[in-house]
This record gives sequence, C-alpha cells and structure tokens, in this order.
Amino acid sequence: MTQAIHNLSRRHFLQGSAGLTLGLALPAFAAKGAKTATAVGSVAAFEPTPFLSIGADNSVTVISKHLEMGQGTYTGLATIVAEELDAAWSQVRVDGAPADAKRYNNLAFGPMQGTGGSTAMANSWDQLRQTGAVARAMLVAAAAKRWNVPAAEIGVRDGVVSHAASKHRATFGELAEAAAAEAVPASVPLKDPKDFSLVGKHAPRKDSFAKTNGTAQFTQDVHLPGMLVAVVAHPPRFGGKVKSFDASKTKAVKGVVDVVAIPNGVAVLAKDTWSAKKGRDALSVEWDDSAAFKLGSDEIFARYHALAQTPGLIARKDGDGDAALAGAAKIVKASYDFPYLAHAAMEPMNCVVQFTGDSLEVWNGEQFQTVDQGNLAALFGLPPEKVNIHMLYAGGSFGRRACTDSDYVKEAASIVKAAGTRAPVKMVWLREDDTKGGYYRPQFHHAMEAALNADGSIRAWRHRLVGQSIAKGSPFEGFMIKDGVDGLSVEGAASLPYGIPNLQVELHTPSDITVPVLWWRSVGSTHTAYSTETFLDKLAAESKQDPVALRLKLLDKHPRHAGVLRLAAEKAGWGTPLAKGKPGERRGRGVAVHESFHSYVAQVAEVTVQADGSVRVDRVVTAVDCGVAINPDVIRAQVEGSVGFALSAALHGEITLKDGVVEQGNFGEYAPIRINEMPKTEVYIVPSAEKPTGIGEPAVPPVAPSVANAIAAATGKWLTRLPFRSDELKA
Amino acid sequence: MIQLNVNGKPKRADVDPDTPLLWTLRDSLLLTGTKFGCGAGLCGACTVHVDGQPTRSCITPVSSVAGKKITTIEAVDNSRVGKAVQDAWRKLDVVQCGYCQSGQIMSAVSLLKTKKNPTDADIDAAMAGNLCRCATYVRIRAAIHEAAKALA
Repeated sequence: MTQAIHNLSRRHFLQGSAGLTLGLALPAFAAKGAKTATAVGSVAAFEPTPFLSIGADNSVTVISKHLEMGQGTYTGLATIVAEELDAAWSQVRVDGAPADAKRYNNLAFGPMQGTGGSTAMANSWDQLRQTGAVARAMLVAAAAKRWNVPAAEIGVRDGVVSHAASKHRATFGELAEAAAAEAVPASVPLKDPKDFSLVGKHAPRKDSFAKTNGTAQFTQDVHLPGMLVAVVAHPPRFGGKVKSFDASKTKAVKGVVDVVAIPNGVAVLAKDTWSAKKGRDALSVEWDDSAAFKLGSDEIFARYHALAQTPGLIARKDGDGDAALAGAAKIVKASYDFPYLAHAAMEPMNCVVQFTGDSLEVWNGEQFQTVDQGNLAALFGLPPEKVNIHMLYAGGSFGRRACTDSDYVKEAASIVKAAGTRAPVKMVWLREDDTKGGYYRPQFHHAMEAALNADGSIRAWRHRLVGQSIAKGSPFEGFMIKDGVDGLSVEGAASLPYGIPNLQVELHTPSDITVPVLWWRSVGSTHTAYSTETFLDKLAAESKQDPVALRLKLLDKHPRHAGVLRLAAEKAGWGTPLAKGKPGERRGRGVAVHESFHSYVAQVAEVTVQADGSVRVDRVVTAVDCGVAINPDVIRAQVEGSVGFALSAALHGEITLKDGVVEQGNFGEYAPIRINEMPKTEVYIVPSAEKPTGIGEPAVPPVAPSVANAIAAATGKWLTRLPFRSDELKA
Repeated sequence: MIQLNVNGKPKRADVDPDTPLLWTLRDSLLLTGTKFGCGAGLCGACTVHVDGQPTRSCITPVSSVAGKKITTIEAVDNSRVGKAVQDAWRKLDVVQCGYCQSGQIMSAVSLLKTKKNPTDADIDAAMAGNLCRCATYVRIRAAIHEAAKALA
C-alpha cells in the first residue's frame, strides 16, 4: 500500500467484539469492548464502547458510524463525545467505522447502518453522550484507585484527570490501561447543558487540516498494489443492454489489461485511469435498446399534466377540500414543473473492490453500509459480514452514495466478478458518466387549487402531485409506502403546517416511467417547499395580505415555524424599504418557511431582476431551529452551502431527456453556481434545549421559494417552472 | 519516460506524451491531492501551478510541461503566500466535502501573488473557474481576505 487507509487497523481491532448488540445498551457492551484493549495494531488502549478508543499515547479517537461527506459529521460526533469525556479538543481525532450494523446501526434506521435523512446528530446524541460519560467515569475510577482518593473529589478538564488536595494529575493516556480494567458503571450522570464547554461553542472542524494539504483520502485517491482502474461504457438509455462489442482497438491501447461485459455495459480495465479512459473511448459497442426507456422530458410532463386532471391517492385529507372548492367565491390555481436533477458531487462516483477468495474488500465514500453489504454479498454468494467496507471521505454525495440498489458499488463489484481477478479494481466514472448515470431527483408536476373567503382567509387547499416514487422497488418500500403513497413524494406537502380547514393532498405515482430516481438533498421538500410556499405567497397577494403576517396567522399551532419566521423577518428588515437598484433593475424581497427532518428554517431573500430577465440573488437571511446547536459554526456552514446548492437548482439545474437519452454531460451543460453567483448570507440560530435534529438538508427547501417570492415582488411574475427562465422575466 | 520537476524535485514518469498532467501526478507520482472533477477544464479541481501560473492539469498534456516547475497542493505551504492561504482556510473552516479545495487553494494563491488586496469582485473574477458543489464560496471569499490581511 502506498498510503495508510484509516479503517484497516480499526477493523481488525474491533473484530473481537463483533456480534454483540449495541443500541443504547452500552455498559453491557463496554465490559467486552474493554477487553480488546491490547489488540493488534494499537498501543494499549481503552475502548469503553464501539465509538471511542483512548490510546496510551493520549490520543482520543472517536469512531464515526456516519459518513463525512462535507456535512461536518466527524466534527459534530466528536464534539458530543469530547464534551462528556472532558477531553481536550486538540487530542481528539476521528476514524470511520467499519460496516457492522450490529454495532454501528443508525438508530433512526432501525437495524441498518447508513447515513442520511439528516439523522447523524439526532440518532447519536444520547449514544455518544453516554459513551463520553462512561469513559470519563472509568478513567476517574482508575485514578481514584491509583491515588487512593475518593472518586467524587476527582476532576477532569481538557483531557487531564486531577485531584486537587493531593495534587495528583494524569493524562487520559496514562490512565487508559487501568481504566480498561475498571467495571463499567451501570449508569452515569450526563452534564447539565449549562456546563457544556464544547457543545454550542466553537470546536474547529476535524477534517480541515487534511483537506487543505492534499492528504485527505477519498475513494478516488486509493492506490493499492497491483490495482487496476476500470472505466465503463454505459448504455445511452436507461435499461439498455450490450448487444455486441468490438474491443480490438481498445486492446491495442497501452496499459489496457482486460475488457469485460457487465450487466450495465462494457468495462475496460487498465493499469491507470488515463489508459482505461482511452481504452473505453476506442470501444465499439452495439446496444440493445429494445427494453430501454425512450421518452423525453416533454413527453413525461405531458403525461403528468394529464394525470393531474384526475384525482390521485389521498395523502392527507382534512375537512372536505373538493366540496369547499366547488362552492367557493374565489378560486386561485397554479401548477408547477420540476425537472430531474443530478447530484453532481465534485467527486464522480467511484468504488474500489477486491475479491480475496472468501471475502470482498471495499473502499468507498460509503453511505449505505448495510444495503451495499447485502447487495455485494448476493452478487458473490458470500455472507454479508464477509463484505468488509472501508469508509473513506466522500467528495460530496447529497444522497447519491446512498443508493437503494447499490448501483455504482454493484457495478464495481460486477467488473471484478466478470474479470475473475483477485486484483483490487478501482472503478472510476468520468464526469459525463456521473451526470448521465441516473438516480436523479424525480421530475414532478404539481397542480394546486385554493378557495379564498371574502375576508381573505383560506377556505380550501388542494395539492395534487405527480411523480415517480423513490421508495418503490427499494428495500424501503414496505417502510415508506403507505396505502400506495410514498411518503418521500409528499413530505412537506402532506405535512403542511398551515391552519386551513379543508386541506387535501393527492398523489399520482406513474409506474411506466423507469428513469432511476433517488433522494437528493432534502428529498421531497426540494419540490414541495417550492409549490407550497410560492402558492401561499400568491394567495397572500390575491388577498392583499403581508406574506409574513399571513403565515404567522396560519401558524398559531406551530411555534417553532413561527419562531424562525419571526427571527428571519426581523433580521432581514422585513417591512422596511429595499434599496433601489440601478435604472432598469427591479428589486424584491421574498420569504419562505419550511420544516424538514424535524428542523425548522425560514429564509428571506433579496433579488435584483435585470431588464433581460436575468436574476441576481443579493442576500439570503436564514433563521434555523435545529434543537441544541452542537456546533454552531458547522450549522452556519451547512446553511451557507445549502443556499448555494439550492440556487444551483433554482437558477440552472435541469436534467432533460430526449428519446430517453440524457442531454447533459459535463459542467458546461449541468452547471452548479459559481462564486460570482453566490449571494451574501446571514445565518441566525434559534437557541433551543430541544434534542438536536439535522442541518445537512433542511436549509435547502426554502431557498428557491423565497427567491421566487422575491422575484414575484420585483416583477409581479410567479415562476412555476424550475429552473427559472430569464425569458419569462424580461422587462 | 518524461522528466518533470514537481514540488522542487526531479521526477520521471513512464507515460504517453498525451497523458494529462493530472493523471501523471495522481497515478504515476501518487500525488493524489490534485483532484479529478471534470476532465475538461470546467471545474478547477485539478488546478496546479506551472512556472507559477495556475493551470488546469486535466487538460494539460504532460509533454507540454516537461522541464517546467510544477507545484501541487502537497507543497503549497512552501511559499509564504501558500502558507497564508492554507492557514486562512483552516482558521475559517472553509472546507466541507473538501474535494475541490486543493484547486480552490491553488487558484487563491495565484490571485494573491498577483493582487495583494483583492476586492470581492476581484475574488469572484479570479475564482469563478473553480466549482464547489458544497458552495463554500462565502468562506472562500472570507479566507482570501483573511490571507491578504495576514500577508500585509
């Protein structure tokens, strides 16, 4: 190996304790875990739970069961442990956990290990506070014995255990071995939040150092002895197959080692990436499109628009929306079109797989351990525990690396299988492979209709959605689809918080559209927040009500929504005049509020619309309530990034199909925003004692609707197609 | 066999002359800090310095840089400006996923070597070739100002 792969020693280190259950039954585990303290590859260490290892060298290593893909998990999880442990932040490092759902399951996912749904902090909060407190108690007990003083008189601060009266002091490292021999306390007190010294304060990111000097290890960076690189020719249409291929030119390319057919194309294996790419470019493949998907985006929309004319399955019904609409004096309607969106992480999908004869070794920015283990085990006829996954940093994911059918991971493994090789194989997707590779945020159509009373109050609201199901056909179908309604399709719409007496949400799930779809940072709320929040603004305009005042009136039973809304409005100067633009420029301010993943976010956007219809977003003010703010600076960073991520979709993002072929390839056609398009951002965090919830996703949904509402304020035009089109906004 | 000067050291790489500098650095010399993002000069993740000039290594044939001085992220802290930029990035916790940040830092160093005290508009113009999908742009701007201050 040319470089250290963090998880390798970790896996061996923890093997002795495999098979035990964890959950919150920490003490039972801890007794066993402690016995592994002198395992291979480590200095005599203290490992009170699967989440923490303290070395004789005074290192404190937090084991993260969650992927670090930019969202700050490694830092957040370490903050929780270090807080209760009273470790010095500088002595804390973080390693990725191996794939082992028995110990590292996501408590929000049940028996499954994986990262997603903005759950990392929420499901780890109690678990890791316990871990830190148990370890601290055992270190104190060991010190009490060594110094022959009462444990109650011992203090711990910044990684130093001390007894004031006797002037004894010791580092964690000096006590680690003795602590490992201590009995695990049946229960440990947790800190009073007023005593927190790291949580809610500033703990710098644990990954900043390695990510600023080129040493951080991503899947793309793995080099192993004898490793081959594979680049794949994929069918141009989803569901296409290889009919035949001619590899004679490919095999003439220097460095090419093998060419193999796999279920989703033809893979070229070479000694290095460039040779594999050249080899793939030289391939001649004839595709069988007989079972492939061949519709275009416009045809899909035409079908969706027709479906929206008919009632769908009921996702929510309060009162009688149909009857209330039928007898209304004033009806307001709008319909919305949302395109497919690619995740377009900076690191295109890739995966390293090696078959050793009786196990698979996998190196990956791993987001979905249990699903990937299961799928790879099935492919190779191995038990799942023989699929060892080394979790590396992911160069972004936004949901893409948690694929319900393990597409790219399986593809890498299928290359290894087809080639019959024992060499490690790094499958590399080029940018175009990644953009065209499917698993998009589904294309959606929404049709909305509301009835207003004479006093401007909303009498009825009917929201009909049409789009593919993410959960259908996945291992989560039974869990997420109720009475035919995929919760991921209607979240944010069916959970509308506004007090409206007759409220109906309906869903059509077309089954004949087979473009692969997947969760994309904030999932259903990527479209439902847009339609609900812009439609509400339209109703406010129709009834001549202030958008903030109307929302507050409708949110009287939802104090956390109202709290962020008030805060964002106040900080943005809602109601004060907006500075005028240059001649020809139209300016506006807009608001939106949305809850997702149990976090509440309100945003106020300020925009300038030019005469040619182009939009510049000048400022976005965000207020967020995500419970206890474990690491406020990471929260601010996630909000800043979410603003840019959401604007990419609002201003540019669109995957379109023509005759079933994806029309976008590289960043020229699928363009995230660049620095010159990034607005000024301000982030305000509501102080809260509620349990922490997520922040990786929840700041995405309100961005586009707040910007659209600002555009409407500036121009009087309600944009109902994403991404925004400047030709609809020309002066 | 192509002779290269990378981070002040002579290096030899057994690659075809048309091989991009990016893949020579990554696959032959195992300098993996320089990243592959697009292969088309559109995202800037592969930015290195060639004789001091910011260069997209993914579209630069290795044969065209033989004998020139190549600097990658791994040695960025050898220069005063490079160290200041790296320190500012760490101080402000700019990174999220981090994949684009090698390229961001290399571009920022080039900017500060030519413009000691850039405005936001200067920064936007100089850095617009570097995509960040996590959109860490707010902090990239702030960190460049921070580094400029430290160097003043």
